[in-house]
Amino acid sequence: MTKKQEMTQKQTNKTLQNPILKWIDDRLPIIGLLQREYIDYPTPRNVNYFWSFGAIATIMLLVMIVTGLVLAMQYTAHVDLAFSSVQRIMRDVNYGWLLRTIHMNGASMFFLAVYIHLYRGMYYGSYKKPRELLWILGVVIFLLMMATAFTGYVLPWGQMSYWAATVITNLFSAIPIIGEQVVAFLWGGFSVDNPTLNRFFVLHFLLPFVILAVVFLHIAALHVTGSNNPDGIDVKSARDTLPFHPYITSKDSLAILVFAIGYAMVVFYAPNFLNHPDNAIPANPLSTPEHIVPEWYFLPFYAILRAIPNKLLGVLGLFGGVAILFFLPFLDRSKIRSCRYRPLYRWLLWLFVIDTMFLGWLGSKPAEEPYILWARLGTVYYFGFFLVLTPLISLIERPAKLPASISEPVLKTSDHPRDS
Amino acid sequence: MKKNTRVIKNALIIASCIVLLLTILPIKSNAASETSPLEKQSWPFKGILGHFDKTSLRRGYEVYTQVCAACHGMRFLHYRDLRELGYSKAQVVALAALNEVEDGPNDEGEYYSRLALPSDIFISPFPNDAAARVANNNVLPPDLSLMVAEKAAQGGADFIYALMIGYKEAPEGSELKEGLYYNTAFKGQEIAMPPPLFEDIIDFSDGTEASIQQMGFDVAQFLAWAADPSLEQRKRIGLRVIIFLGIFLIIAIMYKRRVWTRAHS
Ligand code: HEC
Ligand code: HEM
Repeated sequence: MTKKQEMTQKQTNKTLQNPILKWIDDRLPIIGLLQREYIDYPTPRNVNYFWSFGAIATIMLLVMIVTGLVLAMQYTAHVDLAFSSVQRIMRDVNYGWLLRTIHMNGASMFFLAVYIHLYRGMYYGSYKKPRELLWILGVVIFLLMMATAFTGYVLPWGQMSYWAATVITNLFSAIPIIGEQVVAFLWGGFSVDNPTLNRFFVLHFLLPFVILAVVFLHIAALHVTGSNNPDGIDVKSARDTLPFHPYITSKDSLAILVFAIGYAMVVFYAPNFLNHPDNAIPANPLSTPEHIVPEWYFLPFYAILRAIPNKLLGVLGLFGGVAILFFLPFLDRSKIRSCRYRPLYRWLLWLFVIDTMFLGWLGSKPAEEPYILWARLGTVYYFGFFLVLTPLISLIERPAKLPASISEPVLKTSDHPRDS
Repeated sequence: MKKNTRVIKNALIIASCIVLLLTILPIKSNAASETSPLEKQSWPFKGILGHFDKTSLRRGYEVYTQVCAACHGMRFLHYRDLRELGYSKAQVVALAALNEVEDGPNDEGEYYSRLALPSDIFISPFPNDAAARVANNNVLPPDLSLMVAEKAAQGGADFIYALMIGYKEAPEGSELKEGLYYNTAFKGQEIAMPPPLFEDIIDFSDGTEASIQQMGFDVAQFLAWAADPSLEQRKRIGLRVIIFLGIFLIIAIMYKRRVWTRAHS
């Protein structure tokens, strides 16, 4: 142990009064670690409720893992039995309906939390130096979540499950030369069938644990740099921060409860609101539904896919729409993090958020005019925002004056602009 | 100046929430547009404390077994589930025993038929889909277990009711194909199901008059229960969960306020 490590450990150790905890910590310094990262962890004192969505997303991940494990104990991954095993869970398993509705709607709530979390990062510039890797890990999580949600949606083996699986896996046939082989490899055969369902179940079981691991890295990276804040300026003195506990824990608990109440309302009073009714019909390879619509959280990307007339380019657009987030830290040339102090970029970003929602709405519409034209315009803005506006805006934007420190506007509430 | 941007920002937030809602809502209302708007019935199972009307459910079951079961199966229901309609154990045994099922092989290796038990699933009228098609003009009568969920976008139970009372004379000049019937609720108005209900086609055991409306209402409620049998329990638990979380929320608000007053001093 180096001298420095020894000192920090001694320091936390000193504060450990409980002899059992101290005994453990001397042998495995985990108590001190938790103490440093979840109790003392200095957090900017001006963070707002948007900073609670990381904690909410973490809770959602755990809820999904726990309910998913219990569901997996009753589910059967076979084309002849999957649909009825889900009905068994809904009807015969004690509280099976509760587990399933929590899990099913949990996916939507999870995506909702992560979308807010992600836009929070964009608005306050949390992706910028020194948090680039933290952001990139976040995008990795986002991609893994999409793969998890997609494989999970196939499992109940309803009409939408089957046809969504068929449409999405078929996208890979757009890859030149090896496309067909890739698709056959994904299917494990010549169409979406039992081998496909089986491997999707395996992947759906595996991926959440991969996400959990990446979330650990994500939070480890966060605790290296510390949290960003709504002013987007660095912490300069101890006066700028508050200990995580009890300040942030009390705030997060409140946010989590509000979120949980919304979640409970969906689960108990509108459990099928977000579910496509066609998924109440068992999968039937011989009958194609009128409209094949993915889950709402995929809709913006689905709209991009359909807006582009060339199949290969469409598929690239679909995946590019997510992948481009990886490059955001390097596309944005402005030194100012928070949009509070970026008078032009702020509006472009709001427009981007609205554009994404607009694309989502278009994704739920049939592929016909005028929706296709609108989706093309939306797609142009989507990519134009990242590739043109974000890099160039800083050339003409004149940022507003940053406060001298985080604590200055907070502690002198009288001239705090946001409270006027 | 600052205040202005805040107002605009809040307006933007509200606008984006509305766009988000619009994103989700149309998924539900895609299919409904082609048929005439439905009359909404006042179902007792709607609302926060919704519950099924058990006498209506029992009548609905009578309609199902005596009429619909000639063509439609309900393969996700067991006779034992009828306990939830208020039947006693003995009544359920008796109701199950009105049906015969194939079973086997027995100790001699033979297949045989026996009376149905409460643990059996509702027996299907046809041994397989092909047989069902042959008997119905080459159209498959769909399983009814989840019919109300399938038709959620068209109104669920309201749709079933409208379908039951929707048989009309075809309008002048339109010609129906052989084996099709005019029904205002059905998509395209031409359905392969012959009108299943007529006045007094059954005798309700509770003496209620069997008008088409009455039978349609009862069978629709029965199918709504069949598609979502946990509805009552779900709504009851839901209310408690939300009250419970609400109390915790109040405590959390008080705690947070107390903690943060220290931060501002
Ligand atoms: C003589 C056989 C027969 C009887 C009896 C019968 N049905 Fe049907 N039913 C059918 C057929 C055939 C279809 C398929 C119609 C089509 O797709 O055109 C059908 C379709 C349906 C549908 C689906 C309609 C849609 O929009 O897809 C419902 C709901 C339904 N029946 C309910 C009932 C109810 C409730 C009863 C009892 C009151 C009943 N049926 C009695 C043959 C029957
Ligand atoms: C499983 C999903 C995720 C979980 C559980 C998760 C968890 C967390 C947690 C607990 C925090 C600290 C609290 C906070 O600042 O909100 C955090 C911060 C952060 N996350 Fe995530 N996250 C997830 C997905 C993402 C995604 C998809 C992105 C972006 C692509 C992202 C980007 C960030 C950034 C940039 C920060 C630092 C924020 C700041 O300090 O301002 N995260 N995350």
